[in-house]
Amino acid sequence: MRTGWQRGLIELRQSFTNGPELFSHFLWPVLMLAALFFLRHRDFGSTGFLLGALALPSILGMNAAMGMVSMSQQLTADREDGTLLRAKAVPNGMVSYLIGKVVSVAGGLLVDLAILLIPGLFLVEGLALGSAHWSTLIWVLLLGLVATLPIGAILGSVFTTARSQGLIQLPMLALIAVSGIFYPITALPGWLEGIGQLTPVYWMGLGMRSALLPDEAVVVEVGESWRHLETAAVLGLWAIAGLLLAPVVLRRMARRESGSKVAERRERALQRVA
Amino acid sequence: MVLTVDGLRMRYGDREVLHDVTFEARPGEVLALLGPNGAGKSTTIEILEGFRLRSAGRVEVLGVDPAAGDERWRSRIGIVLQSWRDHGNWRVGELLHHLGSYYTPYQRAWPTGELLDAVGLTPYAGQKIKTLSGGQRRRLDVAIGIVGRPDVLFLDEPTTGFDPEARSEFHELVRGLAAEQGTTILLTTHDLDEASKLAHRILVLAAGRIIAAGSTAQLTELIAGEDEVRWSVDGQAFRKSTADSTAFVRELFATYGDAVSELEVRRVSLEDTYLALVREQA
Repeated sequence: MRTGWQRGLIELRQSFTNGPELFSHFLWPVLMLAALFFLRHRDFGSTGFLLGALALPSILGMNAAMGMVSMSQQLTADREDGTLLRAKAVPNGMVSYLIGKVVSVAGGLLVDLAILLIPGLFLVEGLALGSAHWSTLIWVLLLGLVATLPIGAILGSVFTTARSQGLIQLPMLALIAVSGIFYPITALPGWLEGIGQLTPVYWMGLGMRSALLPDEAVVVEVGESWRHLETAAVLGLWAIAGLLLAPVVLRRMARRESGSKVAERRERALQRVA
Repeated sequence: MVLTVDGLRMRYGDREVLHDVTFEARPGEVLALLGPNGAGKSTTIEILEGFRLRSAGRVEVLGVDPAAGDERWRSRIGIVLQSWRDHGNWRVGELLHHLGSYYTPYQRAWPTGELLDAVGLTPYAGQKIKTLSGGQRRRLDVAIGIVGRPDVLFLDEPTTGFDPEARSEFHELVRGLAAEQGTTILLTTHDLDEASKLAHRILVLAAGRIIAAGSTAQLTELIAGEDEVRWSVDGQAFRKSTADSTAFVRELFATYGDAVSELEVRRVSLEDTYLALVREQA
């Protein structure tokens, strides 16, 4: 437990003290802020709400859900380079490794969200900061992380190479497109609206909007309701499914790790370079 | 016995890679598993490490079946892995200190400073691991393997890719460990020279079987081949293989006297017999 926590904090510090990772921490928030900058004066339809104001909380929700992708990528990378095997070779290493990963991914995510949210608040008009429901923001965020990180860990154990990880990105982008992040989901055809509402991405976006937008903005949503109960239920279901499945999949993956497996992957990776 | 392996078999699908491997190791003994690539060395060591499940046979490490080893058992085992680029952003001292902390519930881990000293990495303690040279990384690998003061240490092909200097430094380190810490060591290598320099006992593994075992001297005696004698008489060249070259040459001079010229006796080295043995099996 303690070693896992320490491991997470060390990795978190490292990810903010080296060039390439620091760049990736800032790249997305800065791109998103640029998009928001151009959207900030545009109205959404005839509702009188600014698109920028609608988009900022949605993007926060999406970014939080993207912790799933970084979890999955890091797991695959750590398996390829032997980090995971090292964890397996020390007592209680696997448990500590996982705790550390959750701490560093979730921690990194929170910092990323702050990088986006704080300048975003100055850029975008029409948010209801005075009456913002910070407690809603916190529970949606936490439940969202519990729902998405185990899924990320499962994806990371199923896809064995960095290359196949790239394949996850495509369906991920498709999910984002139908999740009402950049455009309210009610503007989509009915069947896409349905698919979008199965994903945690949509519900995290909805939760964020409910926390940061004025109460009148609810008219844009499905059924003109923030649907907190449904949000909790869907995210809760994902969380339960993930938490039940993740240990099984992770254990299976961990059991298969050995020195010769890592050596094999190293050979293949070196051949790719050569 | 620290290691007991009895009738170990390993099968992948219908390909059997280990047939009936049997050996033991006493406390403090350094054992080398010597054999060509594909002989089953890595498979054997990974079964002992608890990283692979065997098909049949009895295996005990510190009295426990590795397939059922718990975390306390794990804390007494050291594994030297061939690192590549893992933990690249960690600093040398930081990683050793962190990994050492995994052992504190079980026993006293090696203090980071002393350990860095022992493997000669003190000047690099604050450096990021990805900036280390290959030789330095391998010393760090050893340090990680022994940070929990293990009773048994496993090293799989530890010196692959070493230059001669790094290799001899590494040998010194391993010998010191066995002598000063009383650690039982099992290493795999395809280099006979390395096996005979490091190990008290060598197990020759070929095609999934142990075909010879013993100290370097015992092996030489056990599998010593015949020496080759070449000579000429009256410009005609002869050659003969014989177990007792000294007696043969005495005989030669007694018979031909001064007519014998260009005499050459070539002792068969352990290397030659090892290669011959391995070739026989393949």
